[in-house]
Amino acid sequence: MIKDTSRRNFLKGAGATALSAGVLPFLKVLPAAAAGKDVIVSVTGRTINSLDLHRTGTNRPSYQVAVNVYDRLVSFGTKTLEDGSLSYDYSVIEPEAAESWEISDDGMALVFKLRPEGKFHDGSPIIAQDVKWSFDRAVSVGGFPTVQMKAGSLESPEQFEVVDDYTFKINLLRQSKLTLPDLAVPVPMIINSKVAMEHATEDDPWAMEYLHKTPAGSGAFKVAAWKPGEQLVYERNEAWTSGPVPEIKRVVIREIPSSSTRRALLERGDVDLSFDMPNKDAKELSEFEDITVTTTPVENAIYCLCPNLSFEPFKDKRVRQAIAWAVPYEEVFQTSAYGRGAPMWGGSSTTPQDIAWPQKFPYATDLEKAKALLEEAGYGDGFEVPLSIDLSQSDWMEPAALLIQENLAKIGITATIEKIPGANWRTASLVEKRLPLHLETFGGWLNYPCYYFFWAYQEGHLFNSSNYRNEEIETLTPETLHMPVDDPDYAVKIKRMIEIAWDEVPRIALWQPAVNVGTRDVDGYEYWFHRQLDARGLKKA
Amino acid sequence: MSGTLRTVIVRLSQAIPVILGVVVVSFVLTRALPGDPAVYFAGMAADENSIAETRTALGLDKPMAQQFLVYAGDVLAGDLGQSLSTGQPVLQDLMTRLPASLELTLTALVLSCLIAIPLGILAATRPGSVADHLCRVLVTAGVSLPTFFTGVVLIYVFYYLLGVAPSPVGRLDFIYIEPDRITGFYLIDAALVGDWETWGAAAKQLILPAITLSLFTLAPLARMTRAAMLSALSSDYIRTARAAGLTESKVLYAYAFRNALLPVVTTLGMVFSFTLGANVLVEKVFAWPGIGSYAVEALVVSDYAAVQGFVLAMALLFVALNLIIDLTYTLIDPRIGFETR
Amino acid sequence: MTDLSSPSPRLNQDGALAHVAYVLRSNPVTLLAFCMFAVLLVMALFGPYLVPHDPLVSNAAQALQPPSLVHWFGTDNLGRDVFSRVVVAARLDLAISVAAVALSFAIGSVLGSIAGYWGGWLDTVLNRVFDTIMAFPLFVLAMGIVAALGNTVENIVYATAVINIPFYARLVRAEVNIRRNAGFAQAAKLAGNSDLRVLAFHIFPNALPPMMVQVSLNLGWAILNAAGLSFIGLGVRPPTAEWGIMVAEGANFIVSGEWWLAIFPGLSLMFAVFTFNLLGDGLRDIVDPRQRS
Repeated sequence: MIKDTSRRNFLKGAGATALSAGVLPFLKVLPAAAAGKDVIVSVTGRTINSLDLHRTGTNRPSYQVAVNVYDRLVSFGTKTLEDGSLSYDYSVIEPEAAESWEISDDGMALVFKLRPEGKFHDGSPIIAQDVKWSFDRAVSVGGFPTVQMKAGSLESPEQFEVVDDYTFKINLLRQSKLTLPDLAVPVPMIINSKVAMEHATEDDPWAMEYLHKTPAGSGAFKVAAWKPGEQLVYERNEAWTSGPVPEIKRVVIREIPSSSTRRALLERGDVDLSFDMPNKDAKELSEFEDITVTTTPVENAIYCLCPNLSFEPFKDKRVRQAIAWAVPYEEVFQTSAYGRGAPMWGGSSTTPQDIAWPQKFPYATDLEKAKALLEEAGYGDGFEVPLSIDLSQSDWMEPAALLIQENLAKIGITATIEKIPGANWRTASLVEKRLPLHLETFGGWLNYPCYYFFWAYQEGHLFNSSNYRNEEIETLTPETLHMPVDDPDYAVKIKRMIEIAWDEVPRIALWQPAVNVGTRDVDGYEYWFHRQLDARGLKKA
Repeated sequence: MSGTLRTVIVRLSQAIPVILGVVVVSFVLTRALPGDPAVYFAGMAADENSIAETRTALGLDKPMAQQFLVYAGDVLAGDLGQSLSTGQPVLQDLMTRLPASLELTLTALVLSCLIAIPLGILAATRPGSVADHLCRVLVTAGVSLPTFFTGVVLIYVFYYLLGVAPSPVGRLDFIYIEPDRITGFYLIDAALVGDWETWGAAAKQLILPAITLSLFTLAPLARMTRAAMLSALSSDYIRTARAAGLTESKVLYAYAFRNALLPVVTTLGMVFSFTLGANVLVEKVFAWPGIGSYAVEALVVSDYAAVQGFVLAMALLFVALNLIIDLTYTLIDPRIGFETR
Repeated sequence: MTDLSSPSPRLNQDGALAHVAYVLRSNPVTLLAFCMFAVLLVMALFGPYLVPHDPLVSNAAQALQPPSLVHWFGTDNLGRDVFSRVVVAARLDLAISVAAVALSFAIGSVLGSIAGYWGGWLDTVLNRVFDTIMAFPLFVLAMGIVAALGNTVENIVYATAVINIPFYARLVRAEVNIRRNAGFAQAAKLAGNSDLRVLAFHIFPNALPPMMVQVSLNLGWAILNAAGLSFIGLGVRPPTAEWGIMVAEGANFIVSGEWWLAIFPGLSLMFAVFTFNLLGDGLRDIVDPRQRS
């Protein structure tokens, strides 16, 4: 892959070649700044375990490969937030591999015109057959990609049609506001089907084995090296056809499991970027002059305390409300999140004024009210309940749980904290839904309140870990899910749904989490709903 | 010679049930892990269908006995399965990671020997003196330190505060590219191609974790050296040698130490296998891409194949190591047999 | 007839005491170890009544305070008093290690005695079982057991006990094996004692001295093991104070300058393990004077 001659200077880049090799051994640490203007070294705590998002077992951090190495038909726009940082813009859909698109007259088809100049990394043209093959793959392989496609009403290969080499048509099952945005999430990436099919076998018609290790995309970067558990190196695609060629030539994603090591590396200037920093480090490093910390609240996400309605005391709405009044919100927010994110408590009215989501729940810390509600519900003497947290998220869940536990004790509820190992967490909390009281973190990729309610409040749906069921929610959610936002009915219905969610509190909002990214002399970091690093816009200051 | 051969065969046959036991236990242990890998690996927004699909894809829908047979068959064929969390074949993962762990462990042991053996000899020549007590306290203090704690403190002091240690980012700093794989040991590979710059960088990365581990292994080595030297020094041949007027250093090194070496080497073998297991924590602290950190990650996500592969590999390594120690023993000292075992 | 209460059948009471006194005088380190052990015992027994603050009560306003006159070891991220937590944790940590070692001692003794006394196929099977356990990387085996059974104090004790059983069993087996045909054993048998009785009251006590040494060394190791499990995240459940967990969590705060979170529990951990190791050494001197010259 990398030949001897270029090996030494591979990462040093142009800037560092000025330093003679003989000097290097005497430098204790080569500062990242000396690694050249066009190389960015980034650290993350998680392993990238596959280069193919569609594969079974591909983990979340690997989604960034789909973003950086592959193109989609469309993408979201970019906007500048109040604090001056960049964010993707949910309201704007922009062309990526597609040049333009239109909706058919009956509204039941989307027709995309591909860029005639579009090229894959191997130089072959991006044609409609590739798009169809990729979409067929996404809806056929099962697991996460298929579920995500389904959210946009993209369910079967019959929907995808090749009109000609550069025209691709999607036949819609229903008119839905979710379809177009769902084409801009990482899942419907466009794969070079000619290359993939060369490596497909009878047992493996979708070339899962091949694409797992060898991407075949058209994106802004190519993968220059990948060592799972150690690092991934992106190399710029000099001939990117779906957007402006990135300014940075190489991006090194280095995996460092220990968060304090990551912090030390950034603090000492050994790396340019630290992705998804712990809140505490973000808070403290933001006071450093030469480090920029960008903290962006995650859209459509709330960290919640969930009482499970399958268990006796929580069947009573008043008990759930009592708990909502007992949580020491401010302490939890300051101790667990170090104030990074947005408060989700202390709303002034029990009826929502608008359809913003998430918005502040009308609860605050009031132990008297909590006690009174418990008395009323007949649990004046309290009860015992396990409070479950995820071992792999214990950095914030543990302090939050401890503070909640303390306040619950004050109203007579004895909570014992139970740490559940990562592998079991999803099974216990989401699939079997058997945790009486637990913390939960759902955030929806598609930024609509109805989408959140669909996953988290409708009975039987994955993130409704409270086993909540409310007849009105059951009818309102499917009604609003595909409805255009500008439909006058939409706001009315959503407000009603929020009102119910507040009153019945099957999910007690704690705060809206944030993604922290620390950078040193790096511009152009952009927040995305998928919470992965988009390397395409990065620049060195 | 035929006697030795018989001993070897007997010893080898004793290892077979152990390996079988390890295969069974590792299978049972992983299946007893609470998680459901199908759920974990089905991804963020997976519903029941996709979980079921994942389960079938992973072969977890089959009955336990069948799963075991499949597993045992694969192991016999040398196939350890595919790790779900790294997405690579387990065998390949282990092959790339084992050298990292071995390199670290061996460096630590060499370091440890360089300090522990002189300390032990010193203590043995002056038993009961202040030096003896000091040695004892020092090495005991070393073994009393939790390795993960020592590691963190060393990083803080030498990297963060003083800036003399390189950044704790694994086997090589960002700016270097790993040497072409020959043995997988960076120090050896770099030396073989004469790339001394990379060699130096790899060595620097090794220093802190190696110190952390060697602090932990000083005690058994120093203590065994001391004890073996004491018993050697009190033996008749030393008295004879002294009476014959040999110089003290000659007595000490040529006679006493050579005789004390055997128990020390045995201890070294035990310490080696123990340290390889204890690597788990140190690797986590130093982002060392060894098999220890691999096992921890795999265990947390119930990555069956990876856990089984790791345990099996380690067990085989241990068995092989013990075998070698035992056999060297028999070859050196024919009085030792296995009849009593 | 010897009974279980005498530490070593070869020494009579007075002689034993005199020997202990002699060893302590000649070896100041052992004396120190006994004093340190006393401190640990006091912490474990009376710690909860001595501490200045409630170790479990948080105070977000006082979070991450450096050591001061009010909080001698500072406060943690929830504003809890580190000193109080360190002192109170002594009881749990000692309890875990004592329980684990007692368990492996008991099971190891029984299995080892059986294997050593009767021998035959039982011996072979047990030996292979111990081989199998020892063929595992022990810490990883403990991790696996705790992960499989769930992370509670009991399971940490079981896991630590399991990985220690072979050491005791091997030791007892060797001692019993040597002595099962010794004169005193034969004599006791001829006097009409059953096999079980001979084994339990005549042969087994001979294995006690080396086992006491093993116990003491193992106690320290058991504490480290539990702490290591906590570091991986498989420790006792919060908010219980435990040294390993405190070090593990505190380690994340060292780089940001809050060193007291990890250093103090780390030092306590080291203190305890250190004590047990020195004690083990000292005990070896007392029970087996031949080891010293």
